[in-house]
Amino acid sequence: MIARTQKTVRPGGTRARRSLYLQYMVEPFFYLSPAIILSGAVIMVPLIIGISYSFQSIELLKPFASGWIGFENYVDLWSDRKFWIAVENTAFWTFWSITFQFLLGLGLAMLLNTQFFGKKLFQALVFLPWAVPTFLSALTWAWLFNPVIGPLPHWLAALGILSEPYNILGDPKLAMWGPITANIWFGVPFFAITLLAALQSIPGELYEAAEVDGATPWQTFTKITLPFLAPMIAITVMLRTIWIANFADLIYVMTGGGPANSTQILSTYIFTTAFSKLDFGYASTIAVALLVILLIYAVILLWLRKKLVKI
Amino acid sequence: MARIELRDVAKRYGSIEVLRDINLEIQDGEFIVLVGPSGCGKSTLLRMVAGLEPISSGDFLIDGERMNDVRPRDRDIAMVFQSYALYPHMDVARNMGFSMEIRKDPVADRKSKVSQAAETLGLTKLMDRLPKALSGGQRQRVAMGRAIIRDPQAFLFDEPLSNLDAALRVEMRLEIARLHQKLSATMIYVTHDQVEALTLADRIVVLNGGDIQQVGSPLELYERPANKFVAQFIGSPTMNVVPVTGTDAGVTAGNGAEIRLPDQLLTAQAKELGVRPEHIDVVDNGTGDLSAMADVVEHLGSDTNIYVNVEGIGSMMVRKHGNIPVKSGERLGLRIQTENAHLFAEDGTALRRVA
Amino acid sequence: MPAVRKTNPALVVGKYAALAFYLIFALFPLYWLLKIGLTPDALIYSEGTRLFPSEITFSNFTTVIFQTDFVAYFRNSLVVSLGAAFFTTLFAAGAGYAFSRFVFAGKRIIIALMLVTQMFPLLMIIAPIYRIVADLGLLNSLTSLIVVYTAFNIPFATFLMQSFFDGIPKDLEDAAMMDGCSRFQALRKVVFPLTLPGLGATLGFVFTAAWSELLFALMLISKNDAMTFPVGLLTFVSKFSVDWGQMMAAGVLALIPSCLFFIFIQRYLVQGLTSGAVKG
Repeated sequence: MIARTQKTVRPGGTRARRSLYLQYMVEPFFYLSPAIILSGAVIMVPLIIGISYSFQSIELLKPFASGWIGFENYVDLWSDRKFWIAVENTAFWTFWSITFQFLLGLGLAMLLNTQFFGKKLFQALVFLPWAVPTFLSALTWAWLFNPVIGPLPHWLAALGILSEPYNILGDPKLAMWGPITANIWFGVPFFAITLLAALQSIPGELYEAAEVDGATPWQTFTKITLPFLAPMIAITVMLRTIWIANFADLIYVMTGGGPANSTQILSTYIFTTAFSKLDFGYASTIAVALLVILLIYAVILLWLRKKLVKI
Repeated sequence: MARIELRDVAKRYGSIEVLRDINLEIQDGEFIVLVGPSGCGKSTLLRMVAGLEPISSGDFLIDGERMNDVRPRDRDIAMVFQSYALYPHMDVARNMGFSMEIRKDPVADRKSKVSQAAETLGLTKLMDRLPKALSGGQRQRVAMGRAIIRDPQAFLFDEPLSNLDAALRVEMRLEIARLHQKLSATMIYVTHDQVEALTLADRIVVLNGGDIQQVGSPLELYERPANKFVAQFIGSPTMNVVPVTGTDAGVTAGNGAEIRLPDQLLTAQAKELGVRPEHIDVVDNGTGDLSAMADVVEHLGSDTNIYVNVEGIGSMMVRKHGNIPVKSGERLGLRIQTENAHLFAEDGTALRRVA
Repeated sequence: MPAVRKTNPALVVGKYAALAFYLIFALFPLYWLLKIGLTPDALIYSEGTRLFPSEITFSNFTTVIFQTDFVAYFRNSLVVSLGAAFFTTLFAAGAGYAFSRFVFAGKRIIIALMLVTQMFPLLMIIAPIYRIVADLGLLNSLTSLIVVYTAFNIPFATFLMQSFFDGIPKDLEDAAMMDGCSRFQALRKVVFPLTLPGLGATLGFVFTAAWSELLFALMLISKNDAMTFPVGLLTFVSKFSVDWGQMMAAGVLALIPSCLFFIFIQRYLVQGLTSGAVKG
C-alpha cells in the first residue's frame, strides 16, 4: 500500500452548508431572471394594459373624453369600412408575399445546396437584402418605382406590362404590388437560409437509395425532398405569415397606407391611428382584432399540421 | 482514508423514483463496479457521489462525514466521463493541468506533475495537440491523466470504455486495472458490460430498475446469485432458465423429466431451474436428464456452442471446452451438473439453504 | 446530393442563369441606390433611368456627412443598436443557457410564453409603451429605445443561444466542476470560448434588427438630435422630398454597418440553425 500524501485541503469545509438540493433547484433562475424580468415588464405588462385600452376611450387629443366605454370601440370597429378594407388588404398582402418569397427562397436554397464556382461569395451577397434596414428598402423600392427617377416604370412599359410609365404606387389598383415586391426582395434570404439548413440535414444516403431504385429527379424531389422539408416549411411559413401580417414598416414608408386606403393593412391602420390620430383606445381595439385573427390562423395551421405531416 | 458510505439513499425526479433503498459501504482502496442494464440508475448513482446530482433522501458520507451538501469541487473526487469531456480549445497539457490551474498552483509544480502523468500514460509526445487531433484511446488516456493529477481520494469512472472498439477496450481495461494496483485508490466504476465488471471489480453492485439486486465479489455473484436477474445478467453466455415444479427430491421439468437436486436447494417453492451452459454435459442420446435435438452448432476452436431444442421445455444452450463433434439435427442427451444448478421462486429469489 | 455522372450542358447553363438572376435581383436595388448617390444633381432627372451615370461625384456624400444632421442620427443609431445588441446577448445567453442545461418547474410555460410574444403584433403595445415611457419622462431618450429593443429581441435571441448551447456537450461543465470550478467559473473558462460564434451571431442579429427599427423609434422620439437613422431619414424625406442624390447617399451610408455585420455572421446563422434544427 502506497502511503497517501497528507492533504492540506480537507474535503467538506465548514459545518453549516446550504442544501445542495435547493441550490441546484434555484440555480437556473439566476441565469433566467434578467431575461424574464425584462421581457415580462416591457412586453407582458403593456400587453395587458393594451388590451384594457381597447375597452377605454383614450384620445390624447381629447383628454376629457377618457373613461371606460366597454365594447363601444368594438362596435365602431365592426361598422368601420376602413377596417374591413384593411382586413382584405392584409390577406392579399400576406398571401402574395409569402407565396413568392417561399417559391423563390426554395429555388435559391436548392441552388445553394449544390456546388458551383464562387459559392461563398455568392452566398454572402445574395443574403444581403435581409440585412438592409426595412425602411431603407422601402425607400429604395419607392424610388425604383418612381417614374421620374426610377427605371422600373419605364422598363415595365417597354416590356408591355404597363401601357405607359406611370407611378404604380399612385394607382389604387396596383399600389399594393410595390410593397409586395419589396417584401419579396427582403424575405427571400430568410426562406433560403432556413430551407437550406433543412435541406442540408437530409441524409445523402436517401438520395443514393432513390437513384439505385431508379427515381427520376422530379420523383426524388416530390417523394424525398419535400416530405423531409415539410416540418421546416410548416414552421417557417407559419412564422413568416404572422410576421408579414404584422409588418407595417414597408407599407407605411412606401405608400403610407394610400392611395385611398388601397394599401392599408391592419398593422398600418393601427399605427396611423395611434401615431397620427393619437387615438390609443381605438388603435388597441384594432390590434386586439388582429391578434384574434392571427390566433385563429395559428390554431388552424397547427390542426392542419397534425393531420398532414407524417414525419 | 476514503471510506464511502451510502445509507438509505434515494433519488426522485418529481414523483418518479429512480433509485431507492441504496445502502452501500465502500472500503478505502476498493474497486467497486456498478453494473446493470440501461436505465437502472447506475450513472445517476455515480453522479450523486460526484455531487453533480443532488440526493433526494438518505445520507452520503465520506470517512464518516456527511457530504450530501458539499459541492463537487470540494469533494476531492475525480471523474472520467464516457465522452471523456476533454476541453476542446485546450491542448493536452492544459487539459491535464486544468485543476491545478484553477487552484492557482505554481506553474513549475503544474508542469512537473503533468509531465510525470504524461509519461506514465505514454502521452509525452502528444502534449501540445488539441483533443480533436487525438484518437479515441489517446483521448481516454488524457481523461485519465486529468483525473490522476488531481490525486483524489476516489476515482469515478462513467462507462469509460464504451466508445472504444473491442481490441482497444481490452487494452484500456488492463491499464485501468494496473492503475488501481499502482495507486491503491478507491475506484467506483460504472458499466453495462458484465465482463468489465467481472474482470476489474473487488466487489460488484448489480442494479436493476433503481434497486440494488446484489452486492458481492465476482465469484460470489457467479456461483451464488441472489435472484434470477443477477443469475442471468452475470456470466456469458446467459444462464439457461426453464420452468419446473418442485418435488421432494428435486424438480420436474416441463416435459416430465425428473431431476434430482442436492439438499441445499429448497425445492418446495421452486418455479424455475437455472443452469449455466458450461454446467451441462453432453452424453449419449437416451441417457442423462433430458433428451434434446441440436439446432445450431458453433465451433469456435477453443469451445463449442450447441443450441438445442428440448421438447416440452424449449431452447437451451450448452457450451463445452474443446471441439465436440456434434452436427445440427443430431439427437443428444443432456446431463445437468446438479451441484451447479440454481432454483428460483415465483418472484425470482434464489432458493438456497443458507449453509 | 449525389455526384452528377455526366453534366448536361443545358442544365449547367440554366443553373448559372438562375444564379445570375438571383444575384441581380438581390443586388440591383442596392446598386441603384449607390448609382443615384454618386450622380451629380444636375444629371439626376435627365439620366434618371440610365444604368450608368455619365459623371460621378462624391459631393452628395460629403454634403450629407458634413452639412446635415445625419452624423448625429448615425451616432444615435449606433449607440442604440450596440446597446441593445450587448444587453440582449447578455440576457439571452443566460436564458438560453438555463433552457439548454436545466430542467425546472415552469420551463415549458416560460418557453411557450416567449413563443407567444413572437407571434402577436408588437404594435399592440405601442400605445401603452408610449404612455409608460411618457409618464416616466423618458420620451426622446435613447435609453428607452435600448430597453424596449432589448426586451423585444430577447425571445428570439434566447432561442438562438439555446441552440448554440445545445451544441456544446454538457459533460464539459461537469468535468470542469469536478476539476474545481464553480458552475459560473466553468461557464467562463470552458463554455464561453466555445460559444463565441453563437454570441457573434446573436450580436449581429440584434444589431441589424435594432438598426432598422422604425415605428417605435418614430413614436418615442420626436426631437431632432435624438433621432435614430430610420426616423431621421424619413423626416428628411418627407420634409425635403426633392434632393434625391443626397437622400440616396444617406441611404448608402445607412447600409454599411448592418451589411458589414451581416456578411460576417450569416455563416454562423446557417451553422447554428442547422445544428439546432437537427436536434429538433
